[in-house]
Amino acid sequence: MSTKITTSTTEEPILEAVHLKKDFPLRKVKLFGAAEAVHAVEDVTLVLRSGHATALVGESGSGKTTVARLLARLYAPTSGTIRYREEVIKARGERALQGYRRHVQIVFQDPFSSLNPMHTVRHHLSRPLRIYGHAHTASEEMQLITSLLERVNLTPAEQFIPKFPHQLSGGQRQRIAIARALAARPSVLLADEPVSMLDVSIRLDILNLLTRLKEEEQLALLYITHDLASARYFAEETLVMYAGQMVEGGPSEEVIQQAKHPYTQLLLSSAPDPDRFGSSGLQGNHKVAPWIPAKQVVSGNGSGDVPSLIKPPGGCRFHPRCPYAMPVCQQQFPPRRELGRGHWVHCFLYGGAHKTDAKPSTDVTDLQGQGGLEQSRSLNSRESIQ
Amino acid sequence: MREGRTVGSWLAANGKVTFGLSIVFFFIVVALVGPLLIRQSPTAFSADVLQPPSAAHWLGTTQTGQDVFAQVIVGTRVSLLLGFGAGLLATIVSVIVGLTAGYFGGLVDDVLSLLINVFLVIPAIPLAIIMAAYLPFRGPLPMAIIVTITGWAWGARVLRAQTLSMRKRDFVEAARASGESRLRIVFVEILPNEIAIVAAGLVGTVIYAILAQVGLEFLGLGDVTTISWGTIFYWAQNNEALLLGAWWWFLAPGCCVALLGAGLAFINFGIDELANPRLREERKLKQPAQAKKEAA
Amino acid sequence: MMITEIRTGTLLEVKHISVDYGSSKGIVHAVNDVSFAIEQGQIFGLAGESGSGKSTLVYAIARLLQPPAVITQGQVLYYPTTRAGSESSQAGEAVDVLALNPAQLRAFRWRELSIVFQSAMNALNPVLAIGTQIIDVLRAHDPCMTRNEARSRALELLQLVGITPDRLHSYPHELSGGMRQRAIIAIALALNSKLIIMDEPTTALDVVVQRDILAQILRLRNDLGFSVIFITHDLSLLLEIADTIAIMYAGRIVEMGTREELLRAPRHPYTYGLLHSFPKLHGPSRSLRGIPGSPPDLRSIPSGCAFHPRCSFTLPACHTVVPALLPVASEKSKAPSLEALSSGHGPCVACHLYTTELNPGGPPERLESEYVN
Repeated sequence: MSTKITTSTTEEPILEAVHLKKDFPLRKVKLFGAAEAVHAVEDVTLVLRSGHATALVGESGSGKTTVARLLARLYAPTSGTIRYREEVIKARGERALQGYRRHVQIVFQDPFSSLNPMHTVRHHLSRPLRIYGHAHTASEEMQLITSLLERVNLTPAEQFIPKFPHQLSGGQRQRIAIARALAARPSVLLADEPVSMLDVSIRLDILNLLTRLKEEEQLALLYITHDLASARYFAEETLVMYAGQMVEGGPSEEVIQQAKHPYTQLLLSSAPDPDRFGSSGLQGNHKVAPWIPAKQVVSGNGSGDVPSLIKPPGGCRFHPRCPYAMPVCQQQFPPRRELGRGHWVHCFLYGGAHKTDAKPSTDVTDLQGQGGLEQSRSLNSRESIQ
Repeated sequence: MREGRTVGSWLAANGKVTFGLSIVFFFIVVALVGPLLIRQSPTAFSADVLQPPSAAHWLGTTQTGQDVFAQVIVGTRVSLLLGFGAGLLATIVSVIVGLTAGYFGGLVDDVLSLLINVFLVIPAIPLAIIMAAYLPFRGPLPMAIIVTITGWAWGARVLRAQTLSMRKRDFVEAARASGESRLRIVFVEILPNEIAIVAAGLVGTVIYAILAQVGLEFLGLGDVTTISWGTIFYWAQNNEALLLGAWWWFLAPGCCVALLGAGLAFINFGIDELANPRLREERKLKQPAQAKKEAA
Repeated sequence: MMITEIRTGTLLEVKHISVDYGSSKGIVHAVNDVSFAIEQGQIFGLAGESGSGKSTLVYAIARLLQPPAVITQGQVLYYPTTRAGSESSQAGEAVDVLALNPAQLRAFRWRELSIVFQSAMNALNPVLAIGTQIIDVLRAHDPCMTRNEARSRALELLQLVGITPDRLHSYPHELSGGMRQRAIIAIALALNSKLIIMDEPTTALDVVVQRDILAQILRLRNDLGFSVIFITHDLSLLLEIADTIAIMYAGRIVEMGTREELLRAPRHPYTYGLLHSFPKLHGPSRSLRGIPGSPPDLRSIPSGCAFHPRCSFTLPACHTVVPALLPVASEKSKAPSLEALSSGHGPCVACHLYTTELNPGGPPERLESEYVN
């Protein structure tokens, strides 16, 4: 199946996840009551399009890695559907999934453990070529391996082919992992925090490589990260997850500059941003950065931490930490609310509450104002620096 | 992980392994060519009854005038063959069971784990004795079977545990994502990472096989018409060598067993170090320097 | 919250420290001739990527290095401050940390210098409640303390770091990552040490928790006046929290200055490249390039300036001559502020671009073009 989409539109959805849910049952035997499970992913819906990068942002415990593995079908979803090119993926067994896997490949976070230490680069790249029938003879294999290595900028290729993973640096290993994924000629590439474990100075190189591949191959990219800034840099669309639930999404610039969900705003103000240190950063006024302080949680894990997914808070899982929480927030999960320009949010502050479009306790414009104020401060300080 | 040096050069540099390997190698050579070089037949009776070691009979004679030295040499071949053969067989079984249980999980794992646990709980030597006693035929093959049946479970358990942890590693998931079949994942992706443990298990099982075999033969449960280290013990015991003060009769095979066991154990230390870099002996260089450690 | 006491005066001087590791292939120079000084109450940031030697350097200072690592040269001088009263002084003689005998070292540790390690889970004993661990530390260093005194001090410490008192009896696995890190900080503060080394204390934590912890550290520093050596690979974090920052590359310090200086006018091409490796949240989106190549393997450090294979501004001398860390004239020379640089020399950089003999033309106007499209 050709991976190059020759149509002019890049808006075609290639992979869709609809209401995905994943629970990991715990092995504890309970005499009474339902078995306990880790409710890792709760109702995730997303669309990946060719030639288009989508970022999935969340902290640890948000379920973002589980989403990637669900999409790669390394886990089977507890409920929900995955559609590849409009076709629902029903297969359950390993064999049956092979047809799906050739189209959807994954790159893992840790370059040190995603390559088998006992096998050479050649083995790693030749296996998918053989399995998916792209190479039938040794010479074809060699040719394709060489071209794959060149595509990920590992030249001279001959030098790398016989090497073992421990002879390569982290960045090189990650490139091999990307080449391995490309060997299958996928239409979708799921990148699970591909640069978090790499040195800072080489991260951009890898991200730029992925962007180039996306453009050349018209790949649909899913970029999982905890770093909003790199999501902005790399992806056209950004989705934010918290404790297994999707809370906000839309064009990256829109979501980041006009963040609506309190959690997204919390993430934004917590991220290190040297540009603002002059006036309002940690040191400037000797006070804590002006993020919206999360409420102290008396029991459980304490403040500032993602909740347990075994007994997650009801309704919107962010409500215990949310300064704007309303009673309805713990009763039900807010429905999706379109805010225009492709920007959507799951938050009762923007309406959608059960009985009426309840007026939130804080005026919505206030939030925007604050966001705007925050922004203009940082812009000011940057200008003054230059 | 190897640090750029081949396994061979590393092995050569490691004193323990060299020592162990040379002992084992020595015995292998004896087993292969020994019987061709001895002057006296091990079974030939002679008039020199119960003679202590002398120029004519290097390790003395038995009660029937047979040359102990010749017996030990010839016995080496049988004992080693049985030991390595049975050890290998038991290791193969433990690899198959352990890896399958560890990788597949679920019902397969539950059933195989039960099997492993049952065999672990049954005491090996008594089981071996009973089996040997009741088997209608004697000889190397039944011996090998008995040793395999009683000796596979431990290795299987270790490999199962190791495979369970390997399964979660990213490269295994990556192999799945690459479309690898499960069989290939288990034997081509996971097994090579466990080679050190399998090797150590093999060596341990060989030690067990030799000891078990010698023990069973000592009790007369082996084929007493063949000559092996164990049967030498059997005849020595039967003819009251200890009471008669004929120490050379049983000391010789005893030393062989002990020496071979020690040699194998030393090889195992070496394999441990190969697998776990932290145990590696660091050579002292001229300047205050030892093995490289990754800098921060 | 203002800084209640302004303390000046040098607390720690590190002079020409070098650390080598032996290997079968020869000596690996993990740290090479590093010198710097820290003031009382200052947060000193040490930034670098893998192989930069930052952790090795700090472990050397704390005398935690194990063989095969050896300190081959250098001195670490510690100037203890008087405990009673708030006068800033360099009371008492300098303590030569590397020369302390085991008994003296034990007394020195935790009273003067304490450490917060990267992963709290590795530093906390999983079978002891955190309260017990704090009390243990207190009583180990002050055997005269009674159990009750130790207990109330432990409660005080927990409160200081923002852990509720009911957590005194919690085990590490019952606490979240952020709380565990706070517990480690509490232990580090137990004896009011004047110098706390923090080795990537927030790397394993989420960005929200990280900000919390950093704010806590700042608050505590303002109240208690200790100094911090803060190690991280995340330069953007240091720019928010540190007073002075030293950038390390391949075992040497390549640039050192206050955070304003570094942000406004980075001099070393590596610093510049690093700063521009962090995509920005706001402002125009530009295409960034990072730094070509990768950090060197310490077994084969390039000759001359270790950064030269990745540098776009190399001069012929860069391939052969190792640049020394030298003070640079500050363009906007101000009188040293209270957050002044350690040695009082102003910003320093180890780069031939700033050596007039080798580069008479002076440094390039803008380093920018190489790193940003």
